[in-house]
Amino acid sequence: MPDFSGTDLTCLRGDRLVFRGLDFQVASGGALLLTGPNGSGKSSLLRLMAGLLRPFSGQLAWNGEAIADEPDRHRARVHYVGHQDAVKPVLSALENLAFWAGLGGAPNPAAAAHGALASMGAAHVEAVPGRYLSAGQKRRLNLARLIAVRRPLWLLDEPTVALDRDGIHRLEAEMARHRSDGGIVVASTHAEIDLPCAVVLALDRFPAEGWDTDDAEDGDAW
Amino acid sequence: MKGFVRLVGRDLRLSLRQGADAFVAVMFFVLCVVLFPFGVGPEPNVLARIAAGVIWVAALLASLLSLERLFQADYEDGSLELLALGGPPLEAVVLAKTLAHWLVTGLPLIAASPLLAVLMNMPADGMPVLVLTLLAGTPTLSLVGAIGAALTLGARRGGVLLSLLILPLYIPVLIFGAGAIDAAAAGFAARPQLLLLTGLLAAALPLAPLAGAAALRQALE
Repeated sequence: MPDFSGTDLTCLRGDRLVFRGLDFQVASGGALLLTGPNGSGKSSLLRLMAGLLRPFSGQLAWNGEAIADEPDRHRARVHYVGHQDAVKPVLSALENLAFWAGLGGAPNPAAAAHGALASMGAAHVEAVPGRYLSAGQKRRLNLARLIAVRRPLWLLDEPTVALDRDGIHRLEAEMARHRSDGGIVVASTHAEIDLPCAVVLALDRFPAEGWDTDDAEDGDAW
Repeated sequence: MKGFVRLVGRDLRLSLRQGADAFVAVMFFVLCVVLFPFGVGPEPNVLARIAAGVIWVAALLASLLSLERLFQADYEDGSLELLALGGPPLEAVVLAKTLAHWLVTGLPLIAASPLLAVLMNMPADGMPVLVLTLLAGTPTLSLVGAIGAALTLGARRGGVLLSLLILPLYIPVLIFGAGAIDAAAAGFAARPQLLLLTGLLAAALPLAPLAGAAALRQALE
């Protein structure tokens, strides 16, 4: 049973301290909802969790094993949805998705992409080139990546942006299915989203005030 | 390995659908060389003397032209983050994208080069060597350029910065490339210079993906 945790995480962007002393733990089937005002570090935390950013201090662990020791194995279990949808304008929706599915190791990328688009309610735009897709359709296409190739850890940065009611319902259903299969969801959002029994992590509880970043240079204390 | 092939395939498909990249590089190469007879006069001996250098400098500039975009599009639309997370290691991503870039811009240059050699009145002995030096040299240009493209990712006016960073590194390739052709045209063996060019490629092939991947990780932070 996978278990994802972080202890005493500190995130430094440039010379600005985003948060410090942050702990979290999510077990298999669990969900973590990140809340907090703009700039409180929700995106930074998700990027930390994905391994795109390195924590200034603290440790992330999967099943108790430090992620920093095995970055390549961690990469292979993460699905990350960021602010951008990574849709190529000259490729059709199906080609876009099939590329990511193939890269993720799907045995039959086209079939996986076809099924995933259908579950996100975007089957009718399969042949439409990326440049003609609306923002919501691009977001559905991006979210369909999560379904096309199964990975245990979903890191979703504002996944509901640009989605309509139907899109949000489909996303909620997929997240519930993912969790019932033993997966983990970490999501940041400002919108109302239905994540039953999710642990809420309010990032404004880890203030950076009162801690001078100049200490960072000489401090072994962290 | 499968991911590598998929990535090369995707980049080729993107370039071919967008179309302009390959065409622009070749047209730039041809026009650049064609300008020289207008500038230095149509004296055949003068043209023959400078042919090797001119063609090589033009090839070098043409390959630089599209390098700025190598990672830019993927960086801007978020694909690079996903490439860094899923599938092949980032080093393989750099190598795959560089290979696709070379296939789209380097190969057409090589195909166009004999025509330009005739135009520049290059001695017949030099022509096969010209093609050989370009075959060995342009992949090195793409590989070294990929490091620069990764380093300047996200920088304002990255293209100018890229030229300043990369052009000095192109000098050895230029010296041995043009040197081999001059040697062959003068009736000497071109083998030493060709071996040195291949040696440069052999060094760039493992080193450039490592350096490029490190630079990309930095850019993604």
